[in-house]
Amino acid sequence: MTSPLEQKKIKLSGPSMVTANRTWDGAVIYRTAEQGWSTELTDAAVVRTSDDARALLAESVADDVGAIGAYIAPVEVRDAGKIGPGNLREQIRSAGLTIDIPVPAQA
Amino acid sequence: MPLVKNAKIVSDLFVHVVDGAELPGDGAVLISAARFLEDPETLSKRAGKTGVIWPNNRDLDDLVPYLDRLAAVALVFPSFRDGRAYSQARLLRERHGFEGELRATGQVLRDQFVFMLRAGFDAFEVKKESDAEAFASTARRYSVFYQPTGDGRVTALNRRMQLRHSESAGQ
Amino acid sequence: MYAYDELDRTLINERVSEFRDQVKRRLSGELTEDEFKMLRLQNGVYLQLHAYMFRVAIPYGTLSTKQLRALAHVARRYDRGYGHFTTRQNIQYNWIKLAELPDALEYLAGVGIHAMQTSGNNTRNVTSDQWAGVAPGEVEDPRIWSEILRQYTTLHPEFSFLPRKFKFAITASDHDRAAIKIHDIGLRLHKNADGETGFEVLVGGGLGRTPFIGKTIKPFVHGRDLLSYVEAILRVYNQYGRRDNIYKARIKILVHELGIEKFAKEVDEEWKLMDASALTLDHAVVEEIRSRFSYPAYEKLPHMPDELKEAAHDPKFEAWRKNSVFPHKVQGYSIVTLSLKPVGGPPGDATADQMDAIADLAQKYSFGEIRVGHEQNLVLPHVAKRDLPVLWKALDRIGVATPNINLVTDIIACPGLDYCSLANARSIPIAQELTRRFANHETANLIGRLHINISGCINACGHHHVGHIGILGVEKNGEEFYQITIGGRADENAQMGTLIGPSVPYAEVADVIEDIVEAYLALRDRPEELFVDTVKRLGVEPFKERVYATR
Repeated sequence: MTSPLEQKKIKLSGPSMVTANRTWDGAVIYRTAEQGWSTELTDAAVVRTSDDARALLAESVADDVGAIGAYIAPVEVRDAGKIGPGNLREQIRSAGLTIDIPVPAQA
Repeated sequence: MPLVKNAKIVSDLFVHVVDGAELPGDGAVLISAARFLEDPETLSKRAGKTGVIWPNNRDLDDLVPYLDRLAAVALVFPSFRDGRAYSQARLLRERHGFEGELRATGQVLRDQFVFMLRAGFDAFEVKKESDAEAFASTARRYSVFYQPTGDGRVTALNRRMQLRHSESAGQ
Repeated sequence: MYAYDELDRTLINERVSEFRDQVKRRLSGELTEDEFKMLRLQNGVYLQLHAYMFRVAIPYGTLSTKQLRALAHVARRYDRGYGHFTTRQNIQYNWIKLAELPDALEYLAGVGIHAMQTSGNNTRNVTSDQWAGVAPGEVEDPRIWSEILRQYTTLHPEFSFLPRKFKFAITASDHDRAAIKIHDIGLRLHKNADGETGFEVLVGGGLGRTPFIGKTIKPFVHGRDLLSYVEAILRVYNQYGRRDNIYKARIKILVHELGIEKFAKEVDEEWKLMDASALTLDHAVVEEIRSRFSYPAYEKLPHMPDELKEAAHDPKFEAWRKNSVFPHKVQGYSIVTLSLKPVGGPPGDATADQMDAIADLAQKYSFGEIRVGHEQNLVLPHVAKRDLPVLWKALDRIGVATPNINLVTDIIACPGLDYCSLANARSIPIAQELTRRFANHETANLIGRLHINISGCINACGHHHVGHIGILGVEKNGEEFYQITIGGRADENAQMGTLIGPSVPYAEVADVIEDIVEAYLALRDRPEELFVDTVKRLGVEPFKERVYATR
C-alpha cells in the first residue's frame, strides 16, 4: 500500500479514521471521538468528509507528546456499524503480522 | 533569542541591520552578504565592528579576501538537519584562519552544540531558552573524539599513541 | 576481533547518556517529534507499522560470543524473542519500546555494542566481506580499514547532517562479497606495484528509485591518504548534494548530474587544498589499530582429519558440508555458513535461543567469533575441520543447517509490509512460499547458484535490482503486485536486472518463479552454466515468453 507518509492532499476514498503510534512504546493507536486514543480499531472515530478528516488529523497531530506519525487511513464499515480495517496495511496494523513470529527451535 | 558565548548567555553586542536600513556610524553590526558585497572595501573598513551573515548555499570564496577585517561571520542552519554550515565553519577556521566570532544562527538546538563547537563556532543564537541555559553541561557530554578538527582536541587515536609511547618510555 | 579500549567504551557510554537525555526530553514534551525524529534516527530508531524498530550496529559484521549473547538478551528482555539480520550486516528488533531503549542501549554498551548512525542522514555501518581475515587469497584483512573508517565517521561534527544517508563497503578479495559497487563509497583494497596497500575508490553506487553502479573516481588511493580523500568526497557531497528533494539527495545523483570526471575534479581540488597531515594515516597509526585485532592461535591441523573421513558416509552431513562449508586460508580449518533461511521460515531471522546456542558453538568451535553476511546468513569463521561433524549435528538441532547457501531458497528479503511503514507489499510470505516450492534439496542443487532478492518497495532494502531474480512489490488498486527482473548481479560484475514484463499478483509470484527456473533448466547449455549466465547469453525474451505465454 503506498505509504500514507506520502499523503499531501486530503482526499478520502471512503469512510476513514486517524491512526498513529503511541510515543512511549510505539503501539498502534486510533483516534477516538472523545479526543483520546485507543488501541482498538473498533473505537476509532469515523470521518466521511475531507473537512472532518482534516480536523480530526489536526487535533491528533496536536498531541505531539502522546502520539507520533498520525495519518488518515481508510476503514470498512460493516453491519451494525462495526468498523474494520480498510486496506491490507491497516489490517496488518490492527491484527498483526500475516506470518508467524519465529519460534524457538526444538531442542 | 538568547546568545551564548563561552558557555554563558550574554547580551549581543552586534545589531542585525536589515538591508536598506541605514548603518550606524560606529558600533557592531551584522549585515547580509548581499549588502556587504555591494561595497566590501568601504564596509570592512568602517569604524565599529562589522559582521557578515553568509548563506549556507554559497561558496565562501567571495568572503575570504575580507576575513581579516571582519569581526564576525554568522552562518546559517535553515533547519537543524541542513549541515552545510558545518563545512563552511571548518573551512573558515581551518583553511582560511578566521579568528573572529563565528556565530551559528537559524535552528540552533541543544543536541548540535558539541558538533558546532568542534566545527569552530564560538557564538550561538540558541532557539530555546532552556537549551541556552543547558549549554555548559551539554558541551561536556563528550570527552572522547575520534576525528581531528580545528578545535585542538586530541583525538582518541593520538591519545592511544601517546599512551603507547609513554608506556614504552617508562620501561 | 577488534578489542574496544577505555576510549572506545567511554564514547559509547557518553552516547548512551546523551540518548537517554534525549528520550527523557521527548517523553516530557520538551522535544517535539520534529526535533526528536532525526535524533532517534541517528541512534537507529525507526517508527514502523506496529511499533518502533531498533537497528543495532554490527561493525563490518563481526561479533564475539559475548556480544551475540547480549543481542539474544535484548531480544528476550526488550523485544519478542527474536531479531532480524539485515543486508548491511546489522541486526534489527521490531517491537522495542522507546521508553526502554536507553536501558537496552546501556546493556549493549557493556559489551561494546552500539546503535550509532545506523539510520539518519549520516555515515552508516562500514560493511565488509563476511569472510574477512580468513578468505583464501585475500590481500589483507579489510576490517582493519573498516575500523579506521568506523572511528573516523563516528559522530563526525561536519558530516552528521548530510543531504542523505551515506554507506561504505570494503572488499579485499577478487570475488566481491561486500557488494561495493552498490555503495555510496566502495573501496577495493589492493596493493600497488611497490607492494603498498591502497584502494580503488568507487563513488555513487546505490539502489532505490534510481539505481546506479558505482564509478571509479580514483584507481589507487594510498592507504595513508584514505581518510583525507574520503573527507574530500564527503565535504563536496555535504556542500553540493541536493537538499530540495529527498529522492535526489544521494551522492549517486550528484555524481550522475556532474558526471564522474567533473565530480572527481571537484574532489581533487578540495583534496589539494586540505591540510591532509591531520588525517594522514602513518604506518604507526595503522599498526596500532591492527594490533587491537586479535586473531586465533590456529593449530597445525591436517588437511583431511579422520573425523571428516568417517563422517563422509553420512549423506546428510555430506550434503551440508558440500553446500555450507568453504575453504579457509589456514590448512585444517573451514569457514562455515549458518543458514538463516529454513524452509517456510522468514529469511534472516534468529530467535534468542538460536542466538545463544550459536554463541556457545562459536565459543567452542570458532574461537568465540561470529560473522554476519549481507545475504542475511551467519558465519563461523574459524572451524577446525575435525569439528565439522559434531558442529553440524548441533547446528542441525537448532535449525541453522539447511544446506541451501547460495541456492534458490537462500533468499534475501526485506521485512516488507508485514513490518515496514514504507512498504507497498509483503515480501516475507513470498520468500516463505518460494522456500516451500523449492524445498527439495536435489532440485535446488540441480538448479545451482541462484540469488533471489525481494524488496517490498522501491527503496530496495532487499537489493532486488541486483538479484539474479529480483522481485519488487508494488501496489495496484489496493492489491499487492510484483515486478520481476532477471540477470542482476551484486558482485564485482555488478549490474541491474532487466524487467521481464508486467507485474504479477501476489498469488502468482511463486508460479512465475517456477516458470523462470524451468525455462532456465531447459535453456542452459550445460549444467554448470549458472542461471545468471544463461540470462546473459540469451537475454530475457525466452524467459518472458515462458512466463507470459499463459498470463
